[in-house]
Amino acid sequence: MKDQTRAPLLEALERMRHDRLVPFDVPGHKHGKGNPELTAFLGEQCLSVDVNSMKPLDNLCHPVSVIKEAEELAAEAFGAAHAFFMVGGTTSAVQAMILASVKSGEEIILPRNVHQSVINALVLCGAVPVYINPQTDKKLGISLGMSVADVQRTIAAHPAAKAILVNNPTYYGICSDLATITTIAHQNGLRVLADEAHGTHFYFGKGMPISAMAAGADLAAVSMHKSGGSLTQSSLLLCGPQVNADYVRKIINLTQTTSGSYLLLSSLDISRRNLALRGEEIFEKVKNFAEYARAEINDIGDYYAYSKELVNGDSVYDFDTTKLSVNTLPLGLAGIEVYDLLRDEYGIQIEFGDLGNILAYISVGDKNKNIERLISALAEIRRIYKKDNKDMLESEYISPVVVMSPQTAFYAEKRSLPLNECAGEVCTEFVMCYPPGIPILAPGERITPEVIAYIRYAKEKGCVITGPESMDVSRLNVLKGE
Amino acid sequence: MDDLWYSEYHTPNVRFSIKVARQLHNEKSNYQEISIFESPEFGRFLTLDGIMMMTERDEFIYHEMITHPAMAVNPDMKRVLVIGAGDGGVARELTKYPGIECIDIVEIDERVVRVCQQYLPQTACGFDDPRVHLHFQDGLKFVRHTDAAYDLIIVDSTDPFGPGEVLFTKEFYGSCFSALTEQGILINQHESPFYEDDAKAMKAAHRRISQVFPGSFVYQAHIPTYPSGHWLFGFATKTLHPMRDLQAQHWNEAKIRTRYYNTDLHSGAFCLPTYVKEMLQDE
Repeated sequence: MKDQTRAPLLEALERMRHDRLVPFDVPGHKHGKGNPELTAFLGEQCLSVDVNSMKPLDNLCHPVSVIKEAEELAAEAFGAAHAFFMVGGTTSAVQAMILASVKSGEEIILPRNVHQSVINALVLCGAVPVYINPQTDKKLGISLGMSVADVQRTIAAHPAAKAILVNNPTYYGICSDLATITTIAHQNGLRVLADEAHGTHFYFGKGMPISAMAAGADLAAVSMHKSGGSLTQSSLLLCGPQVNADYVRKIINLTQTTSGSYLLLSSLDISRRNLALRGEEIFEKVKNFAEYARAEINDIGDYYAYSKELVNGDSVYDFDTTKLSVNTLPLGLAGIEVYDLLRDEYGIQIEFGDLGNILAYISVGDKNKNIERLISALAEIRRIYKKDNKDMLESEYISPVVVMSPQTAFYAEKRSLPLNECAGEVCTEFVMCYPPGIPILAPGERITPEVIAYIRYAKEKGCVITGPESMDVSRLNVLKGE
Repeated sequence: MDDLWYSEYHTPNVRFSIKVARQLHNEKSNYQEISIFESPEFGRFLTLDGIMMMTERDEFIYHEMITHPAMAVNPDMKRVLVIGAGDGGVARELTKYPGIECIDIVEIDERVVRVCQQYLPQTACGFDDPRVHLHFQDGLKFVRHTDAAYDLIIVDSTDPFGPGEVLFTKEFYGSCFSALTEQGILINQHESPFYEDDAKAMKAAHRRISQVFPGSFVYQAHIPTYPSGHWLFGFATKTLHPMRDLQAQHWNEAKIRTRYYNTDLHSGAFCLPTYVKEMLQDE
């Protein structure tokens, strides 16, 4: 057992400050003195530890001392064989685990409701996606998890596949049967990668869905900056015992900055310590907040804040009760409309709204009075804005037609077409609503009339659609000569 | 003799001080720091998080003015909801009306009530009436859940920074709208127009109330121990008008004993200084 009360990076930064080292290295602001306006805004304390790699502070690209110790403490706290501190967001962790597992032309099995960073990684490495249709809850309009039978079938149909990626959980809080999927994948020689961007708390909370490391997965990308409390853009990549961590580090170093921010790194160290010491209590509190809000919101009427009752033993194997996901369709309002009303009329910013749902992010930083405000604002929105819900789009899973690898399509010769002339063409770019950032179209997929209708409807409801070169998504780039 | 003074910063550049004989009580509750002082000039006074809430000497102005103008416009009030008001002063004024059947008081911090009962009987006596029902919970939650239709809601809150913040939100005003009868009136302490930060809060409150209630009016009183001494109250309604519907004769016949409020002053209180009118029009 290591001493989880320690925070080696924090201690090293404090030592550095105490030693009053004279800086003749970068950054040029020199502990903030060269940029008084920035220092006034962010604080002297903050700027004084915005420093570069140096012997007493170790080097993120080649950790041998305090970063290494901090990573070892994190690995132990998360039950991993190895942990990497990441400074390029969980996007960088997701991409590193994919680049470390599949190469050009190799197959990787994944549910279609993955984050864009996953498919971006396929553009980079040239691997070919084999999509599993995540089951869909038609009433809620959300994708669920992967069913075990679908996983088995897909593995049998693609015996050469090298890896499988699992969301643990989805943005909405839904978990697949990760332990069983891991066992099946390992029996067939596949590596298991977990996107745990929304699952940091699984490692510390009581009665939570199983974490990737506990389930025996090989690699997991963990967004410490979401439920873990570290600074935005800081993240962890965890490795299981079967993974060659030195190879993973080489992969990480292909794209990682050589000037890793000590603000981000120390925030990972301090947050890990906090979670290791107090995580159980913290997430109990978060769970209670979410449970309370869920009961109150369901009491309002016309909202459905869902929870464990969705669990069906397969495509919803478990549900993360810290998530406050609320279906808004019975109200006659799209989630994105409620999301906009909450911000514009009530001064409440929630995590996202999609076509049928909203997600309010609950954390240890919340206060009772703000939870009450959210609930009351939702009650008011119902009183004032409730409409007939007959025109709401029934969301169906649109099965992607993969014509070529994302990489081939991304780099192919292309031409730009108006959106309504794109049916039948092969898309060469991403189209997604952000958030949640799950692609509607990925490079290499056939554009269908259903997809075009979906994009139009999402635009009309006010979703921010990102990805294409055409910023207003009036046009799409498609493959030339099709 | 010790030279003890209680000081409150009304702005970063303005300080208001009262000579203190002694501190009678101090505690940190789950919500705020509660203190009771005794002073030669103002008698006993209550502060929350270092902010003056009321003194024995001038509380009558505030409590009369937050209560009687609404009562004089609709003398048939039966059911009243009071949010905040942990000192009991509003309850004391309301219990002067025999026609009122039920007074629900929702105060988030039970400790404020208990401390006032111990040290400020002058106002806390309001809690003794059998028509008064105390509820220690979040005001927003109570209003959202209530099925009852109230004729009058009085919001006697702290400033919109701290525990009182939710009582200045649009969702709170909307919930009050739902909980009021057609003849219902919402009265709230409305901050001051004078110093910049208070004025900002005042304007924001007025804007939000106006978005919810068809009738949104503002009236004033002079309260010596509040910042600038010039204090405003909000008077929001679905149908009634604070001047046209004033039942002066009816109110005067009821012979309610007051020291500040009277029906002549009622009309004057709604006549605002030009700079305040302009501020409200801007919103």
